[in-house]
Amino acid sequence: MWKLLQIELYKIFRRPRTFIAFGTIAALIIMVQVGLKVDGKSYVEFMISTLGGSLDVDGNIMNGYLVCYVILQMLLVNVPLLVTLIAADMISGEANMGTLRLLLTKPYSRTQLMLAKFTAATVYTLMLLVWLAFFALLVSMLVFGTDDLFLFKSSYIVLIKENDVFWRYCGAFCFAAISMTTVAALGFLLSVFAENSIGPIVATMSIIVFLTILSTMNIPLYSAIKPYLFVTHMNNWKEFFDQKVTAANEAIPGSIQNLPKILHSAGVLLVHIVLFVGTAIFVFRKKDVLS
Amino acid sequence: MPPVIEVRHLSKHFKNLTAVNDLSFTVNEGDVYGFLGQNGAGKSTTIRMLLTLIEPSGGSIELFGSSLKTNRKQILRQVGAVIEKPDVYKYLSAYENLQLFARLSGVKPTRELLMAQLDMVGLAARAGDKVKTFSQGMKQRLGIAIALVHEPKLIMLDEPTNGLDPQGIADIRNLILHLSRERHKTILVSSHLLSEIEQVATRVLIIDKGKRLVEGTAAELFDPSQTIITIDTTDNNAALQLLLQSKWGSFVQAQRNSQLILKLDRIQIPQLHVWLVQQGIGVLALQPRHSLEDYFLQVTSQNQHVEAFTN
Repeated sequence: MWKLLQIELYKIFRRPRTFIAFGTIAALIIMVQVGLKVDGKSYVEFMISTLGGSLDVDGNIMNGYLVCYVILQMLLVNVPLLVTLIAADMISGEANMGTLRLLLTKPYSRTQLMLAKFTAATVYTLMLLVWLAFFALLVSMLVFGTDDLFLFKSSYIVLIKENDVFWRYCGAFCFAAISMTTVAALGFLLSVFAENSIGPIVATMSIIVFLTILSTMNIPLYSAIKPYLFVTHMNNWKEFFDQKVTAANEAIPGSIQNLPKILHSAGVLLVHIVLFVGTAIFVFRKKDVLS
Repeated sequence: MPPVIEVRHLSKHFKNLTAVNDLSFTVNEGDVYGFLGQNGAGKSTTIRMLLTLIEPSGGSIELFGSSLKTNRKQILRQVGAVIEKPDVYKYLSAYENLQLFARLSGVKPTRELLMAQLDMVGLAARAGDKVKTFSQGMKQRLGIAIALVHEPKLIMLDEPTNGLDPQGIADIRNLILHLSRERHKTILVSSHLLSEIEQVATRVLIIDKGKRLVEGTAAELFDPSQTIITIDTTDNNAALQLLLQSKWGSFVQAQRNSQLILKLDRIQIPQLHVWLVQQGIGVLALQPRHSLEDYFLQVTSQNQHVEAFTN
């Protein structure tokens, strides 16, 4: 199994297309960082103006923590596409190349092969998120410095003390890892049914877009199914940045306003991962490999 | 020699298509077993079932005396295969591909071993080149190196000369002979190119529409003293029954759809003719066939004609 995993990772990281995702993320983050470095003040003024008032703050509002939050809000919507590029190619790509036949004549069970492939896709996903975290958080901290984190919500501001921020990002990235692994699992499942990777990639993204639209529609007919859709839970990494408050409306450092919500969402996503991968293995074990 | 492959009543149905139908055969250790049939005859489906790529609808497969269903992993360690096109990872070099599949096969891929394999198939000079720059023939040779890297006892080659030029075909033929004679491998090789099989196979099985037509050693099929004849009579069903009940019964090779195919000494042909007439069977045609190609075309095309007629 370990040998299979090593070989799958070797194959992933020897393909030029793998590094497109890493390059894209780096380019987008650098672009945002340059923009905010040059014109961050205007951005903050605009955000304050949307709240309909004025705010005087001492210190560095446009610090690395805020820059990272801005980047995550923009990028985590697009990362599923980059994850899908690899995950949805895991089986269909091999079928397309014709190498699946040869792989399956080796002395490993189909379940072992599938688990190795999914684990490799998960490792790729995690590495993509580590890369994202490195550029979005660590580089931003270096370039913009650190200070208290001001978050501009739709009708209020959240202020998190500087020494209370970093662990929240760690939690958010862990949650994002589960979200992205769910996307990888869906792409992986669809790749079992196809013999080229275009179909599963397009199908995975279509399903995510479709379900996202469904989960944002406030129509009673669809409200009942929303809690069961994995996309409903994917953005709950933001919950790490809401704090509990005292009766005097003062934030409690080190607290999370709705930890059960985060845990519930993580649970729902993990169940989806197990379902998607389990179904993929079940189908693949029965599949006649003709390509 | 002990059997390496034992296939019993194997069948495979795809929705409305029966690709393999009640097929049985045995490949013994040391055989170069020619698996012949026209395109779509069921050769590749059979080989894929032998490699667990396709689940059989019925029947049993034993390799090395063990059930393939229950001892898949242990069996596949002893098998090397090239299945139709030898597709490998195009973004890797020949050396890297061989290294990767050697590891998958449980072999420690030392540089000496890998280079020796590449040298055997004439690719040592191109070891570091990406496979995407290779011709079809070079890919085919790399596929064979991959199939052999773990020193399997049984090698399955499905249409190994597909897409090769005459020199490439000759190279594959020589390689098969080398593997059989020098390295004592058991080889199952499928092809629709009869001339290729004729030159390398020690035993031959001809199938058509998933069914076994005839099997024999190359010597039996090509024995100049023995002749394959096909007979068409005024009543083929009655003739078949009479033949089977007589001393001629042991000469009947195939009896598909009432077509009569017999193998016998040339000298016996007039006697058979006289005997049939004496039994009241009018002989419309009695055609001797000498080469495997003739024989193959005869048995497969007659099968088609008869099926078209009876349908």
